Amino acid sequence: MQKVVIVGASLAGLRAAGALRKHGFDGRVVIIGDEAHVPYDRPPLSKQVLVGQWPASKVYFNAREDHAALGVDWVLGRRAQNLAVAERAVVLDDGQRVDYEGLVIATGATPRALANPAALRGVYTLRTLDDALAIHGELAKQPRVAVVGAGFIGLEVAASCRKHGLAVTLIEPQRMPLLGLLGPVLAEAIQRLHFEQGVQLRLGVMVDRLEGRGRVERLVLSDGSQVEADLVVVGIGVIPETRWLEGSGLDLGDGVLCDARCATNVPGIVAAGDVARWHNVWSGESMRVEHWSNAVEQGQAAAVSLLLGAAAPEYAHVPYFWSDQYHVKLQCAGRPRADDSVVIREGDIATDTYVALYGRRGQLAAVLASNRPARFLRYRKLVAQRVSFDDACAGKASGA
Amino acid sequence: MRIVVDFDLCQSHGLCTEAAPELFEIRDDGFLYILNETPGPEFASKLEKAAIECPTGAITIKDD
Repeated sequence: MQKVVIVGASLAGLRAAGALRKHGFDGRVVIIGDEAHVPYDRPPLSKQVLVGQWPASKVYFNAREDHAALGVDWVLGRRAQNLAVAERAVVLDDGQRVDYEGLVIATGATPRALANPAALRGVYTLRTLDDALAIHGELAKQPRVAVVGAGFIGLEVAASCRKHGLAVTLIEPQRMPLLGLLGPVLAEAIQRLHFEQGVQLRLGVMVDRLEGRGRVERLVLSDGSQVEADLVVVGIGVIPETRWLEGSGLDLGDGVLCDARCATNVPGIVAAGDVARWHNVWSGESMRVEHWSNAVEQGQAAAVSLLLGAAAPEYAHVPYFWSDQYHVKLQCAGRPRADDSVVIREGDIATDTYVALYGRRGQLAAVLASNRPARFLRYRKLVAQRVSFDDACAGKASGA
Repeated sequence: MRIVVDFDLCQSHGLCTEAAPELFEIRDDGFLYILNETPGPEFASKLEKAAIECPTGAITIKDD
């Protein structure tokens, strides 16, 4: 193999390139990205970049590490339009063809849009650096902010805007934020946190439509009520970016379908990051993980898989995410579900300092900790080891 | 090798303590401690893993 093309110039793609070099690949590496930027870090976008605490220059990875050593040919600001598997070529939006011998698909995900979008100014999603800078530009005008969707992006945007002194209304169809992900005990804690910080919560309602003259002025909700707003940030989830692969012959289904080594059904093509749905031998389930640590680790695992094939290790991954909201740092390892058994193992939810354990079918499925980084790590190990829920709750298993 | 941690960036995620438990520890005060700032070459691979998996990019490896 003399040439590897990586589609997707974000974290997973960058780490794939690094792993190729680390494992001795000395052929050509081409990274194609639809944004004009070299890879940058997304977690600060909803926090430091949004409120202007950090300049944009601080989020680029090449400000932190030496990209020159990677020896990558960058094709930026160009979108991969389709994949010609038989000819081993990626076709770009301007018709140019980039041929490959090995291909890494790391095209990430795209924010879901409102079902009823209106062509109004002042309405944003938040995924890219340009999105974050545009929203930041609006904050100087002291807008009344409406956040649609109380997922992690929405909650972090709400927290950042409140810390910035802005009036924030948070609109969420579920009766509590994150209810479907974390279950009622923790969802109530998150709800209380935002309530105490002065967020106006509009729960159990949908956005029916946006209204305004040229610029958004109000949201009309499904119960007929209205929310006045000058700035709307929509955070209602993402869709894996597989549209360009439709009809290519790759197996798709809520992501690019992969085996335990991140390999697709087409030889010479692997996938990593938000777009990849692979068989995770950690839990024996097929999953797609939209978190930072997975992009790092799966990018590397997919690259090794491309180089070594069946001799590569299987990619076992314990999902990890974190979220910073006000004074609270949430950390979660594993795969929580809303209907899991939940035990507050340490601390007190009322003080936002706790460790919660999630149990499913007798096993420890996940740990969620708030402001307890040292204790979190101990339980994270137990999640990785898949100890029994009873042992984890009793603190019996080794390490806790 | 010399480990440099930018403690303004470090948020105590603690992934470095799993990658290189001999070099990093998060204590009950919630802060990161470097157990050995100048590890030998046998730790190169673990240290590289710790640096690349750090969610805030707080770990730098110096060759001096």
